[in-house]
Parts: sequence; C-alpha cells; structure tokens
Amino acid sequence: MFEHLVMVKRIACVVLVLASASPVLAQTELAGSWAARNHEDGLERGGGPYAVDYTGLPLNDEARARALSYSADQLGMIEHQCGQWPPFYLVKGPFGMKIWNEIDPVTGNTIALKIGAWEDKALQTIWMDGRPHPSKNAPHERGGFTTGEWQGTTLVTYTTHIKAGALRRNGAPNSDEATIEAHFIRHGDILTVLEFISDPIYLTEPEIISKSFQPDPNPMSPVGPPCVAGYEGIPEGKVPHYLPGTNPSIDELTKFYGIPREATLGGAETMYPEYRKKLKDKFVRPEKCTQNCGAPAPPPPPPAPPSPATTAPASPSQAPAR
Amino acid sequence: MRRTLLFVIALGALVRAQAPPPPGPPQAPKAAAPIDLTGYWVSIVSEDWRYRMVTPTKGDYQAVPMTPEAVKIADAWNPDADTAAGNQCKSYGAPAIMRAPGRVHITWDDDKTLKLEADAGTQTRLFRFDGAPVSKGEPSWQGSSIAQWEMQNAGRGAGPNAPRRGSLKVVTTNLKSGYLRKNGVPYSENATLTEYFDVVRTRSNDVVLMVTAVVDDAKYLRQPFIVTSQFKKQADAKGWEPTLCSSTW
Repeated sequence: MFEHLVMVKRIACVVLVLASASPVLAQTELAGSWAARNHEDGLERGGGPYAVDYTGLPLNDEARARALSYSADQLGMIEHQCGQWPPFYLVKGPFGMKIWNEIDPVTGNTIALKIGAWEDKALQTIWMDGRPHPSKNAPHERGGFTTGEWQGTTLVTYTTHIKAGALRRNGAPNSDEATIEAHFIRHGDILTVLEFISDPIYLTEPEIISKSFQPDPNPMSPVGPPCVAGYEGIPEGKVPHYLPGTNPSIDELTKFYGIPREATLGGAETMYPEYRKKLKDKFVRPEKCTQNCGAPAPPPPPPAPPSPATTAPASPSQAPAR
Repeated sequence: MRRTLLFVIALGALVRAQAPPPPGPPQAPKAAAPIDLTGYWVSIVSEDWRYRMVTPTKGDYQAVPMTPEAVKIADAWNPDADTAAGNQCKSYGAPAIMRAPGRVHITWDDDKTLKLEADAGTQTRLFRFDGAPVSKGEPSWQGSSIAQWEMQNAGRGAGPNAPRRGSLKVVTTNLKSGYLRKNGVPYSENATLTEYFDVVRTRSNDVVLMVTAVVDDAKYLRQPFIVTSQFKKQADAKGWEPTLCSSTW
C-alpha cells in the first residue's frame, strides 16, 4: 500500500511539472566572451578612420557641417576624455564583447543581458523583462536604454536614450535622438550583430552596419579599465575645432586613394550602386598604396593572459589609436 | 491501482501534447522555405566603401588576413594583363560577388534550385538543395553550391501555427581562383565559401537581407575571412542593370 502511494505521488509530480511547464520560446546562447572579426572597415574598427571619411554614411548637410568642424583634439579636453563612444561602437569599434545574463534568482528567468564595457564604451544592459522604455524626458545615459526580445533564435534589441556623440570616430555626429535596432544572429560559432542606426537630426535614412564575432577562449573582463582624466595640453575653456572651409584633412582620401572629395563627404547617395556612375570619371586610382595598406601579421604570439576585451588583429599597420 | 492508471494515461496525453506532430512527406525546398529570398535586392555599401565602390589601390590589403604567398600574388596584380587574358571576371567570383555594388535577383529555378543573378558582371549562381554530390566539373567563377535551410526550432510549447523561421546556408566549392578584392587579393581554387542568408524586417518595415560569408582558404588566408553584406529588398526591378566584368572598374 505504501509503495503504491509513493508511486502515485511520483507520477503526480511528473504530471504537475509537465503541466506547469511554460512554453519556452526558441532562443540561442549568447553568453560568453566573443572575439571581434574586423575583416571589414578594418581601419575604422582598428586604429580609427581618416579625419574626413564619411563615405557610406547617410549624413545630411547639417551633420556634414558639424563633422567638418570637429577636431580630434577635442578628445584631449578634460570634459571629453572619459566621454565614451555611443553604444553602436560595439559594432564600429575594435573590440570583442562579453555577454552575460542577469537572472531572477527565484524563477531563473533572464531579466537582462549585459554587454560588458571597454575603456571607451559603457556597459550596455538589454532588458528582457518586458519593461517599457522610459519617458522621452528621462536622462540619457552613455549606454542608452535597451530592451530586447527573442524572435526565434535571433535577439532583437532597441536602444533609445543615448547621448549625443559620434557616429564615426572622426566626429560625424549622432544626436541624442538617435536609436539603434540590433539583431544578434548566430550561426554556429559566428555571432553577427546587425544594426540599424536612425537619427532624425543627422541622418536622412538609417545606417545599416554589421560585425561578426567568434568565441574567444580567453575570458574577457566585463569592465574596462578605469578612465582617469588628466591634463592633455588643451587649455581650460578652449574647444579645438575648424571653422567652415578650414578642415585640413578634407582631401586626405583624395590624396591617398584617389576618392573624389564629394564622395568622402558622404550622404545616402554614396551608399547605393548608382553612385559609381558619378565616381567613374572622377576617380583616379593612385599607382600604389602608401598609407594604412595592411600587411600580413607575423606568426601569432603565444597566448596572452586574460585581457579586458580582445580582437583579432586586422592589420599591424593601422593608424595609431586615438 | 485505478488512480495510478489514470495518472499514467494523463501523463501519456500530456507527453503527446508536447511532442511534435508526426512527420509528413518531406516538402520540396521551395515549399519548405522558412524565409522568402526571392525578388530584387539592392546592395547597401556602408562598409568597406573604398574597397567596393572604387577599385582599390594596388597594395591596399587592409583587414584581409593574407598569407605571405597571397601578398606576393597581389603585389603582382596587373589588371591589364587580366583583361588581355580574358580574366576580367576574377573579382566577380562567388567569394566576392556579394560585395560588388549592384543588385541581385533571386528566383526559384525549380523546386530544388534557387537562382541568384547579380547584375554586376552578369553572374549567375545556382544553389542546389537536392543534396546530390557536387559534380567535379570544370571549376568556375561561381563554383558548385549546395544549399540547405537551417530551420529554427520553434521552441517547446509552440503551436502548429508558430511562424517558420530560419536561414539559408550555402557551401560553395569547385571555384576558379579569383580575387576577394578587385586589386588582386587572391583566393585559390581550393577555397571554400560558406554563406548564411538571413532576412530581417525592421521596425520601419524595411526588409533587409544579410549575407554572412566565410572564406576558408589555407593557401592564401591565415584565418577564415568573414564579412557580411547587406541588401534592401526592392518592390521591382528598378535599377537592375547587367554590366560586363571589368578588371579596372
């Protein structure tokens, strides 16, 4: 009789578990350390882009004017040294990423996914618990405010409340009204982040950009090294800039790569195939590459100790980081 | 005993309810497609602009993990010689064609073959789903491609009407050696190209195709070369303009 009761209870437990199991939507594991594969836009995702290279950016005239007034010396201002780049730097910057889940300790549900910080990029929290975005008057943070949902095995996120900053690390601007829709798509050991960056102030249409990652056997730190601001030679009250028509770098891409000036200044038109017709008669291919040409890397060094965030070197001859 | 029996019956019913439906006859790849790739797509050149929109300068190999042997080949790039030898299409092979600014037109050639035409260089790729072994005929610019749908599991508890999701995986071999970039960055005849085609609908209802391409080539690449190319769906053939291959532009 006793054995009979035990059996009944066991079966009842199984039934209860099965009956109470909530539907589990298809998802994929994103947690872990991911190394960047910077095989495209190698310069931008390496040392940094040329000072006036807005190619492929759907900038409007106002954005272009503002970009041309930008001097990289602004990064030396004490107010800007720890400013950090906007969240899309995840895709446009050089580094890998570390992702982890924040778990509700009782239910085991994922409350949020976190993408770790770098020295010049803030921690990003992707809220997965269905909370709404805050009021448009809420404070804007370096990491923005991001919500996410699973669409099958793709994580789709939406980021608002970012701070005004740079769409590209050469001063092509983004406003604080910019938003980011990102799709995290995984195929085996390749994780690709596809972003749609919209900005009603500075872009005439969304910028579409992507970057792939692969698992990194070296665990990354979830936080970047601390940024300590200090005097870098920019006097207090001075804002380095260029007045209209005085940016000294405006013809760099023309000089080094034969790209006509109007193309270097970007605009949505430059993203589409038809633009090649406009380029064809103006483009003069230089005889040989002389700047940032890339080269095969030497044999890989022995494994390094764990670092904050690692990346596969795209080229050893990129411009120095700034 | 009767209660035990009842529990067992209930358990069985629940397990059946959670189990996938019994498999029916296999669908043809066209009918089984989890995503619609057909139509006209225009490339968005927001990345690698100076390697795609214009012919890169000789010696400009930024970001490609080339072997020293590959550098030697690329350093000897001579577009005029390529033209003279009838090799104008070297930069229009499968590992490079999706990077070429232009439009692609995707249609079903038959129930088991997807056809991708590119107006850049007037190239045609055939993605065969039939699983037949790749015929080792003459290597070609577009090689031989085996395709398969990568279906996403809808998840436990998903009903029969749950949306089908997935992507297309294409593996291409039997390639004629060509250029990853127009300025002579080479891939060899032993290269393998693995591609994943994903379709995304954005919040603003744009439909975007992302092609993630992985080129494995031990001869000329130190590590797999991974790039992603994006295309926007068009309502019609606007802008479709087949061109000839060119070594210089």
